[in-house]
Amino acid sequence: MAEKILMKGNEAIGEAAVVAGCKYYFGYPITPQSELIEYMAKRLPEVGGTFLQAESEIAAINMVYGAAGAGGRVMTSSSSPGMSLKQEGISYIAAAELPCVIVNIMRGGPGLGGIQPGQADYFQATKGGGHGDYHVIVVAPNSVQEMAELTIHAFNLADQYLNPVMILGDGALGQMMEPASFHDMPVIAVEKPWATTGMGERSEPNIINTLQLKPEMLEQANNRLQKKYALLQEKETRWEEIHTEDAELILVAYGIASRIAFTAVEMARSEGLKVGLFRPITLWPFPKAALANAVRKAIAVLTVELSAGQMVEDVSLAIQCAKPVHFYGRTGGMIMSPKEIYEQIIKIFETKGGK
Amino acid sequence: MVEKLFARPDSLVDVATHYCPGCQHGIIHRLVAEVIDELEIQKTAIGVVPVGCSVLAYNYFNVDTQQAAHGRAPAVATGIKRVHPDKVVFTYQGDGDAAAIGTAEMVHAAARGERITAIFVNNAIYGMTGGQLAPTTLVDQVTATSPYGRQSSSAGWPIRLSEMLATLDGAKFIARVCVNDPANMAKAKTAIKTAFQVQIRGEGFAMVEVLATCPTNWGKSPIEAKKWLKENMIPQFPLNVYKNIQG
Ligand SMILES: Cc1ncc(C[n+]2csc(CCOP(=O)(O)OP(=O)(O)O)c2C)c(N)n1
Ligand code: SF4
Repeated sequence: MAEKILMKGNEAIGEAAVVAGCKYYFGYPITPQSELIEYMAKRLPEVGGTFLQAESEIAAINMVYGAAGAGGRVMTSSSSPGMSLKQEGISYIAAAELPCVIVNIMRGGPGLGGIQPGQADYFQATKGGGHGDYHVIVVAPNSVQEMAELTIHAFNLADQYLNPVMILGDGALGQMMEPASFHDMPVIAVEKPWATTGMGERSEPNIINTLQLKPEMLEQANNRLQKKYALLQEKETRWEEIHTEDAELILVAYGIASRIAFTAVEMARSEGLKVGLFRPITLWPFPKAALANAVRKAIAVLTVELSAGQMVEDVSLAIQCAKPVHFYGRTGGMIMSPKEIYEQIIKIFETKGGK
Repeated sequence: MVEKLFARPDSLVDVATHYCPGCQHGIIHRLVAEVIDELEIQKTAIGVVPVGCSVLAYNYFNVDTQQAAHGRAPAVATGIKRVHPDKVVFTYQGDGDAAAIGTAEMVHAAARGERITAIFVNNAIYGMTGGQLAPTTLVDQVTATSPYGRQSSSAGWPIRLSEMLATLDGAKFIARVCVNDPANMAKAKTAIKTAFQVQIRGEGFAMVEVLATCPTNWGKSPIEAKKWLKENMIPQFPLNVYKNIQG
């Protein structure tokens, strides 16, 4: 049996990045992700990699742009206020179609907010965040083991699709300790003939650029991006379903909220209530078709988030308002208890699914 | 037999540039390309070009190039250099890029002793966006956003980036030059060459500030612009080698 190590979620991402062949890390400290930057500072020199603490998140993401363009496997991480600063660079990286992994261990906001967990960066992560029509691939783990697995998956996806991939976690996942194993995770190596490595034997220079002054050319570049996004939507959605087959009420939750929601589902099942859980693992592309299918027999849906209601919009769109969609959330770093969710479940059953 | 005495450097693509008549970006490109040829680093050089009038420099330098967000060239160059420590990485930036939006990136790349070469073109104005106030705009200079002349009481004083960066231990070569006559062009080329050699020897950060004209946005003819640069800019931004630490 594969060896398991007890570690924090933040550290598991760091170790998995090393396993994935990440050799470059640029970041700036912020709670609750600092264990990750500290882990990389210690670990990368041991494997012949480069760690650099940047002067800001803006600098860090632009170092990532340079390193990714130069062909390096590269990662950065931050938490909510720092992610806002990275948005300029992420738009450029998406436009230049460079592969990299960006970790956001979310905390409560807006503004400086607090240091307790939150999920209120969902819109920023999945709808663009920076300027222009672009998407980053967003994966949302809900355990330390999955933080490790999705990190390796994120590096693979980034290289295969030439797109930034974001690991969207939160302070609770980052800080909690669980056993993790790093075995049997396939790392896919991809050639990068487009990288700026110095011309060497090439007769033409490689140029990495996001400027297109001619509108026709810029529209073409946008069309190419949209085609890639359509392919991602078709091929790369991931989700988990628990007890959905016979469920009359489907809970939808991701990340730490999905763990709490699962406990509430079990409480309801023990009372004979037919409740299931749908957990999107990719938040972008959102598993729309799978969700629409999962709720076919249900009378209602309940979305649970550590926000004032963000993913709930994608849930409604995915099922095209075919069923009533309810929402329950806490903000500011507050985490709901399973009992709070259970009470919502009871209310929905009492009103026969609500309107 | 006919001997060719003067030719376009290999590191410069054979196309007409988009720069205005009398603009010195073209001359500075040529000097950088000559140095790249002479040091035989065309195949190992990686350029980072800015946002500003020289944003299209990737069409002119015949080397691998990344275009960077406004001001971020030193950070992008840092990322490239950390992946390819054996390659020669340079940035080419205007004053808005290097002394306003990207000051932090420039200062910290210098402080880290990042082994990159920065070419910093100071024309005392924002060229690309149509002649607004730059951090290097002279006191009383009229620009689109200082229509009454730069008032130090509200807009402060021009930044002398070379002098500032020269105080940092990581900066090993810092010089200010200009290209207004053949003698100064020769000095500018020597400085640019030294700045690349400092990187090639692995010593640390090097920057050459090149004072340059922007006839279009200064509202002057190319000849008047050269005169204005000599009479007004050089006293404010003295030509000098501010730092040259070798070894
Ligand atoms: C984030 C951001 N802010 C503003 C701009 C608009 N902008 C483009 S070029 C420029 C100034 C360039 O001036 P400088 O760096 O001095 O170069 P020059 O054009 O004079 O060569 C500005 C403000 C931009 N592209 N991006
Ligand atoms: S606007 Fe000024 S800096 Fe820009 S190309 Fe014209 S003269 Fe040169």
